[in-house]
Amino acid sequence: MGLPDSSGGFLSELDVDAFRRLFPLQFYESHLVKSKRPDGRSLAKARETSSALGAVASADGSALVKIGSTTMLAAIKMEVMTPSKESPDEGCIAIEFYMPPICSPIVRPGRPADTAPVVSKQLSDTILSSGMINLKELSLISGKAAWMAYLDIYCLDADGALFDAALLSAVAAFSHLQIPVVSMNDEGKVVVVSEENEGGKEPVNKEKRKLTLCSIPFSLTCILYKNYILADPTAEEESIMETLVTVVLDSSGQLVSLYKPGGPVLAYTSAIQDCVALTRQRVRELQTILDEATAGMEVD
Amino acid sequence: MEVDRVDGRTPNQLRPLACSRNVLNRAHGSASWCQGDTKVLAAVYGPKAGTKRNENPEKACIEVIWKPKTGQSGKTEREYEMILKRTLQSICILTLNPNTTTSVIIQVVNDDGALLPCAINAACAALVDAGIPLKHLAVAICCCLAESGYVILDPSKLEEQKMKAFVYLVFPNSVLSALPEGHLKVQGEPMEHGIITSVTQGAMPVDDYLHCLERGRAATAKMSAFLRKSLQPKLPTE
Repeated sequence: MGLPDSSGGFLSELDVDAFRRLFPLQFYESHLVKSKRPDGRSLAKARETSSALGAVASADGSALVKIGSTTMLAAIKMEVMTPSKESPDEGCIAIEFYMPPICSPIVRPGRPADTAPVVSKQLSDTILSSGMINLKELSLISGKAAWMAYLDIYCLDADGALFDAALLSAVAAFSHLQIPVVSMNDEGKVVVVSEENEGGKEPVNKEKRKLTLCSIPFSLTCILYKNYILADPTAEEESIMETLVTVVLDSSGQLVSLYKPGGPVLAYTSAIQDCVALTRQRVRELQTILDEATAGMEVD
Repeated sequence: MEVDRVDGRTPNQLRPLACSRNVLNRAHGSASWCQGDTKVLAAVYGPKAGTKRNENPEKACIEVIWKPKTGQSGKTEREYEMILKRTLQSICILTLNPNTTTSVIIQVVNDDGALLPCAINAACAALVDAGIPLKHLAVAICCCLAESGYVILDPSKLEEQKMKAFVYLVFPNSVLSALPEGHLKVQGEPMEHGIITSVTQGAMPVDDYLHCLERGRAATAKMSAFLRKSLQPKLPTE
């Protein structure tokens, strides 16, 4: 394992936990040669994933997603706004990703995590460029009123693959979104119709209560280390082996994003193709998980 | 289908490159890099004593500060900072100066498309100017994908807005080695074909991405020759 021979005696006495802390890379390598990971997964296997819709009752759409112990809570709040002059018949989506101190020992109170704005930016880029949401559907009255969707994602537990979990929670929240009913009041302003005083005014959006999601994006983060590809890394794995590749594919198989920010390992064409193949499998898994979650909601 | 470019370039033609080193007096290393009308100024300070936040007893730390042309830095700038930091970390030999911080400051002078690749090239030239030990250079390129799957290189701002997707790629420069050919090959591919950084925007078929890779590799070979040429004449005098 590249350790000096003289320490052989010392190593044999070393406790496994101590070895893991002192020589993390050697510890991982001894697992990788057996095509296993310390948590018992095979290299290409993602962690157990679950999604629950409607976790926040006060929001118009929400979801709680877990990938292993990485937990994301996403909620959407809809507000009526005046659309901009350039796109009078389009709504708007504002995405914000938060990493409160609760999520990881790395994040300290009063000092925001550097990764949070980066993940926010990546999320809005991915969601907008995938074309999952037709912004025209968010329009109410052309040039007068449109929906502004505020999507807030809170990371409750950061244990690796943050972007994957955040994207899944965003998609799940959008699939749960129920657009509130609005009507025009006497001054010509659009107001939300509350459940008690229904009747009287004709609602503006009687039929359009759900968004149609076309080509939903799903993502998988992989670690490249030597010739190994590890899917869905934990925070420990991310800190030891630093080369990350995030592939986002949509349900029709288009590549939405291939994101590799540096890292000591170079990605060759074959590795890229392997990552894309792994993501294809993962897209199918995530699609079923999402379908099951939505089906569960309809039964209730 | 051919795509006509506004400035009459062929799809594979890059804009004129210009690189000058040692443009700032106080910085330990500096460089300005132009690709057509896009111009970025980079300054390097360090290695200097590490600040408490970044200190690492085993590795040197790199911090990147991105200054936009106007206004305050927002999310886009923070993302660029992160990408640039991770990219530079992968080309620097970090174990040589542990417990130090090297600051790289990027000032955007003019943005006319392909801003991030331009900044990466500028930062790389500035690191060389500062004498920071590097494993190899990094060469960055922007490929744009038109609706018909047609690829154009090094787009201007106007072209960037019209295209359906674009890909920023960073490759290592081609290495001149005394070792026999084939020694530096990894999985049958030369070292300079490995991707250091890849950032994409817009949806595209996977095959088109692979096509962009090929075109990007061909173009970076030329760019790395230019980078080598513009860095070399200064070496003997130093």
